[in-house]
Amino acid sequence: MAGSSGIAATMTPPGAGRVPMGMMQRFLQRRSTIAFLLCLPLILLVAGFVIYPAFYAIYLSMLNKKMTAFVGLGNFAFLLKRHTFQLVIFQSCLFAITAVMMKALLGFILAHLMHNIPSTNQKIWRGLLLVPWVIPLALSTLTWWWMFDPSYSAFNWILNQFGLDNVPWLGVGWIARLCTITVNVWFGTPFFMIMYLAALKSVPEQLYEAAAIDGASAVQKLIFVTLPMMRNIISITVLFSLITTFADFDIVRILTGGGPQDMTHVFATYAFQVGIQSGDIPLGAADSLFMFPILAFAAFFVLRGVTQRTKEIAT
Amino acid sequence: MSASTQANSLHRQRQWALYGSYAALAVFVIIFLVPPFYTIITSLKSSAEISAQDGSPWMVKNPSLENFWYLITYSNFQTYYLNSVMITAVTVVVSMVISVLAAFSLSRMGFWGSGVLSTVVFLTYLVPPSLLFIPLFQIVGSLGLINSVWCLILLYPTLAVPFCTWIMIGYFSSIPKELDEAALIDGANYIQILTKIFIPVAMPGIIAATIFAFTVAWGAFLYPLAYLYTSNQMVLTVGIISDLIRGDVFQWGKIMAACLLASLPPIVIYACLMDYYVAGLTAGATKG
Repeated sequence: MAGSSGIAATMTPPGAGRVPMGMMQRFLQRRSTIAFLLCLPLILLVAGFVIYPAFYAIYLSMLNKKMTAFVGLGNFAFLLKRHTFQLVIFQSCLFAITAVMMKALLGFILAHLMHNIPSTNQKIWRGLLLVPWVIPLALSTLTWWWMFDPSYSAFNWILNQFGLDNVPWLGVGWIARLCTITVNVWFGTPFFMIMYLAALKSVPEQLYEAAAIDGASAVQKLIFVTLPMMRNIISITVLFSLITTFADFDIVRILTGGGPQDMTHVFATYAFQVGIQSGDIPLGAADSLFMFPILAFAAFFVLRGVTQRTKEIAT
Repeated sequence: MSASTQANSLHRQRQWALYGSYAALAVFVIIFLVPPFYTIITSLKSSAEISAQDGSPWMVKNPSLENFWYLITYSNFQTYYLNSVMITAVTVVVSMVISVLAAFSLSRMGFWGSGVLSTVVFLTYLVPPSLLFIPLFQIVGSLGLINSVWCLILLYPTLAVPFCTWIMIGYFSSIPKELDEAALIDGANYIQILTKIFIPVAMPGIIAATIFAFTVAWGAFLYPLAYLYTSNQMVLTVGIISDLIRGDVFQWGKIMAACLLASLPPIVIYACLMDYYVAGLTAGATKG
């Protein structure tokens, strides 16, 4: 027990001298006390850099630009009336929903293709398909930017070879929106693939055999066996991805910086522009906070569904 | 006779399905690898070749390593690299210590409120960095850490710890209770149980969590962009952009070479330890 008494000695708080030593030691050797002390760094980290900033953000969002007066919900009302911010809400939702749906679909197809091939070969294919996910997003987005370059675009060169005109990839609002979504889909699809592949592997083979004996077609097997068995992983993966995509910063910031005409701004990039670059901290904080109810809403419903299904399986 | 032809055609069908899968996968791989391929091609071109803008951008006429040589000998780039390595290393160590201790406590020992804490940890993982970077800007500012690598060392663990703790809780919970009961009977204390039994047994989980912490710290972009502004404090992700793009002058060859050099550590780590990472990622999600 030398180790634990050593720990107890170093953990003794100041003023412990007043308590009889035996009692203090017994208190510190109690299982729950040690457990709490082991969690203390985590608690401090989460309280100091997640929970406190969250409340601080609410306070900040209710100040005026110079942070001298309290304006209540003025910043939120101001943002909602602003045309740029309406574009931000629209683009954030469009970006997140379209990209997540594309990623979920492509990931599903890829996972099935991977599941078809012998498992000895899966490793190398999986490695190749994971490359987009492995490269830091900020760096790979730079390459995309260079491929979309207006003067010497690699994509335009290919189009020219087929006799097509140049496309102003990042110069026209809707095309730029599609470009940001494309980059996000390229980056995030591998994540869906590995999650779905793990889910596919966990479906017991007997279920398919039973379905085959009952004369189920491939489509029926997919709808009545595979999808119900994968539902929990699909919802968790979609939730993770929805949150990171909705709160994405890197792609839009590097690729378009929010332009053209603020059409590609999402919440995070707009908050950065308003809060950090223009120095209006309260307005930026208010902008970020708009994400919270949307994310919390999505998280609540997905997690409730998952826990319900887990309980159903358990009972 | 008919049965054997039927079996034959079924076999052939399976063969074609297999070939079809390979073909479709190959198409996906080619599409997915276009950007990395283009990065490599561009990084081998000289500035003169890029600015000439003639011929196919997908080919390199006179491959040279001059961009790489320029970066390796360029003192700012060395600083970014060293800063990235230093910040990542500290973040990984700090995050792993915090999450392993907490996961051990939450999965095995428990105290008043530990169930709530586990839920809070999971919900914290769902908080994206872009939600809180503005209040954190004020907090970091009041601590006097704006434009200092130390603010990143302070903040990166908040991004890595929740998920690492979550993975580790899963791995620790799967260790049979008999193992630590036997150790307790033999007179081991909790710290000994953790270091002698839990950490060695849950090594795959620790590797997965370490890779996750590494990925987060190495690739983070928003925090360094918002909190750092001089080149001696910058890390790779923001340094490359702010240093090699001056006004409207894009030194694409050098930028692409820098991207390649900066992506190398993650690629090497994933190539060696991908199985652990994939296992940890999927285990973390299924236990949610």
